[in-house]
Amino acid sequence: MKIRTFFYTIEQGVIGVFKNKWFTVATVATISACLFVFGIFYAIAFNVANIVRNAEQNVSVTVFFDEGISEERIEEIGEIIGRRSEVARYELITAEEAWEKFSEQLGEYAQGFTENPLENCANYQIYLSDVTMQSQLVNYLEGVEGIRKINKSDFTADTLSGINMVLVYVFVGIIVILFAVSIFLINNTVTMGISVRKEEITIMKYIGATDFFVRAPFVFEAMLIGLIGAAIPMGLLYYLYELATDFISEKFAFLSFLTFVPAWDIFIYLIPFSLCIGVGIGFVGSFFTVRKHLRV
Amino acid sequence: MAETKRKRREADSNISDYAIYLEDVSKTFSDGVPALSNINLKVKHGEFVFIVGVSGAGKSTLIKLLLRELKADSGNIFVNGFNLMTIKHGRIPKFRRTLGVVFQDFRLLKDRNVYENVAFAQRIAQKSEREIRRNVPSMLSLVGLAGKYKAKPKQLAGGEQQRVALARALVNQPKLLLADEPTGNLDLYNTAEIMKLLETINENGTTVVVVTHNDKLVNDMKKRVVTIKQGMIVSDAENGGYFDED
Repeated sequence: MKIRTFFYTIEQGVIGVFKNKWFTVATVATISACLFVFGIFYAIAFNVANIVRNAEQNVSVTVFFDEGISEERIEEIGEIIGRRSEVARYELITAEEAWEKFSEQLGEYAQGFTENPLENCANYQIYLSDVTMQSQLVNYLEGVEGIRKINKSDFTADTLSGINMVLVYVFVGIIVILFAVSIFLINNTVTMGISVRKEEITIMKYIGATDFFVRAPFVFEAMLIGLIGAAIPMGLLYYLYELATDFISEKFAFLSFLTFVPAWDIFIYLIPFSLCIGVGIGFVGSFFTVRKHLRV
Repeated sequence: MAETKRKRREADSNISDYAIYLEDVSKTFSDGVPALSNINLKVKHGEFVFIVGVSGAGKSTLIKLLLRELKADSGNIFVNGFNLMTIKHGRIPKFRRTLGVVFQDFRLLKDRNVYENVAFAQRIAQKSEREIRRNVPSMLSLVGLAGKYKAKPKQLAGGEQQRVALARALVNQPKLLLADEPTGNLDLYNTAEIMKLLETINENGTTVVVVTHNDKLVNDMKKRVVTIKQGMIVSDAENGGYFDED
């Protein structure tokens, strides 16, 4: 491509954005609306997944030791646990710490005890990286020498992993449907906008313009419109997300599980993805629509 | 084999003498209706030819074949040396740049002014801005529109719009000018003016082919007249006239 053709393409593309105002407005509005809805669901899905992930991290397995076990063996068991991939973190609760915590709950009744009744209740609290791996870890630990008993909550683990799976399917389904609808709507708008300029394309072809010379300004124009259409909802969503999360955190502070992902953690993926979708749909829609009219 | 090659060479040298060379050309539409049947037409470089016929006779189909908007079903078509039966899609723009085309409805780019409409043809031909600045004003002077270079098509009268279309068709100095009903939307005065311009263009060496059903125009000009009726050439007369039987 010659330099002057390149600049001609850019110039005509930019002129086209302003020249065909209604087409530009309609396309930008369609792209914006679609990506806005898409962005909302993405942000919700991201946060719900985060809440479930946090809940999973609080699911723990408690490991008690054989009576009279040596401190060295307890340390060895700790190292064995630490090497497991299912384990996110673990901590040793000594008999003294266990009693201290329990006596806080007992209150004045605890004063009647002269010795530590939880002498044999030193344990490891193990937090999982993935609750679905709980039974695998428990099965392994049952075979480790020096472990007397393992406490676990099958119900919590199964419920959370079930919720997680359902959420994945539901949100992936919604996002895929929204994505498909967005592409369909946006492509239709781009197609209509270019079809009304069929005559212009025909004239260019009669005069001897190459397919590239005709197509390039249209494609650049559609990509530019796609970029604008994607940038608007992203800016708006970023602002609204911060506003909404601040509001909910303040008004529903008693719901301790309700923790939001910082805006940037979501938008660092959502913004480039949406911009690529906008530009990509502009490119694909215009490329194929113009091609239909190039057979002159 | 050698004989075939010799004949082809002879034919090729023959073809190069002609701006338009049609041999046994037929075209049938997809619904089975024949548009043109066994058309044989040769137009030498520098000629001025009218192609006449009533509506539906096949004139527009012929123009579309000459522009390679349509491809013939059979026969041979050479225009400005390009074989339109075998030309690849990617070469069509190069071929079209050897032509100038004018339509009844002008087909100007409505959003661009007179200067830009003419300059557009130069841009397609990859001319530099310097060349465009030199060629476009001189072409606008030739068609008498130098003073209206900033006007948009809708601000011009029909005759003026057709002049712009002519300037656009001629600015790349085509070997052949195809004019499809160029005066169809014009009054008598503007028709005469446009025809005068076409004659001048022809005198300067450009082959001019005008498709029309304006009998007065054809009879006044005393040029070669090819008459098409029901998809066939029924007469081809030098200094001919147009007799509309219908």
